[in-house]
Amino acid sequence: MSNIRQSWYEAGARERIAALVDPRSFAEFVGPECRETSPHLGIFDLPAQFDDGIVVGSGSIVGTPVLVAAQEGRFMGGAFGEVHGAKLTGLLRAAKALARDVVIAFDTGGVRLQEANAGEIAIAEIMRAATEARIAGVRVVGLIGGRAGCYGGGGLIAGCCSTLIVSEQGRISVTGPEVIETNKGVEEFDSRDRALVWRTMGGKHRTLIGGADMFVDDDAMAFREAARAALARPARLDIDTLVAEQARLERRIAQFGEMPDASDIWRSLGIDDPQAIPDMPATGFATIVAQYRESADDAR
Amino acid sequence: MEILHFDIAAPVPAGGTRAMALVGVVASGNLEVLVERGDAPDRCAIEISTAAHGFRDLWDAVVADFVGRRAAGGLRIAINDGGARPDTVSLRLAQGVRMIEEPEA
Repeated sequence: MSNIRQSWYEAGARERIAALVDPRSFAEFVGPECRETSPHLGIFDLPAQFDDGIVVGSGSIVGTPVLVAAQEGRFMGGAFGEVHGAKLTGLLRAAKALARDVVIAFDTGGVRLQEANAGEIAIAEIMRAATEARIAGVRVVGLIGGRAGCYGGGGLIAGCCSTLIVSEQGRISVTGPEVIETNKGVEEFDSRDRALVWRTMGGKHRTLIGGADMFVDDDAMAFREAARAALARPARLDIDTLVAEQARLERRIAQFGEMPDASDIWRSLGIDDPQAIPDMPATGFATIVAQYRESADDAR
Repeated sequence: MEILHFDIAAPVPAGGTRAMALVGVVASGNLEVLVERGDAPDRCAIEISTAAHGFRDLWDAVVADFVGRRAAGGLRIAINDGGARPDTVSLRLAQGVRMIEEPEA
């Protein structure tokens, strides 16, 4: 393994898996040679990809056997289609059957418009499979730091994970910036204001309000180390977890609901200089997180 | 979608023992190339799936150039094209042949 820092943001799905798992431990399921491609894209004269934009398989992370998935954000924005979704559903069902933890590298804009119904059903199936695996004691760890972020149905699935690891570049939301602007107007949300987008949906804000659990640098080895740590955390999902999280989210709306900007929320969490947060390196930010972060309940 | 098939003489056989190599991604101006082992060691079969119709002559030239320059004998290559330029296609084909020659990672 080289000592040169590898950007998670710049890497493709296969490079991310190679960086994440132990050398020579990865075995792909339904690989590109199976040519299990989308049955819908051809109708629109759009080219398919042999793996339908997601790589799934088994491997190990520092010796711990895991099932692993990575979305390819450059193919159709990493969006979910019928085959893409079925591969992740199958992996999560296998995780429950094998009692093996799952690591998912998200990089998605949501559901493919060209296969919207199949994609939406896939999102529901994945959420169910993830929840059933978690109730059975399996950890489902989400990694978010890619070009496409984690939007739409991807944001909903991320909400079902036991631990979310995010970098500054990672954005998590259901409705994306352009969609908000289209529906509510530029006064509500200017999607071209990059600082606003990152402040509202980016890794730091999500971590501070308990939407993500671990914040890392844009470094593949940092993601691997955080995944290792997440796999060592207790796996627990029961009704008490959900009741506690529901109460926390109600308090969050009461406390922050009227605030116009993320920086107002950071100030009300007790952070003296919220303007300094966006430019803060991960090490300095870790200190802030340890002191001021809203603690979540392994649900969000 | 236009599907193009080429099956051409490739005098230099490909090296290595890997069964498969995959390079590139289907994105605008890019393409994915799946390289596998075929039957005849002195032939190279290439199948191209592209949404940009009417460029058979250009593909013909790029493929002929590739087989003339690289050890492509015995390979079966499948391409999903996202509207890549000829230079990008040549680069990905070269990457694919290089990757299938490498030892298993």
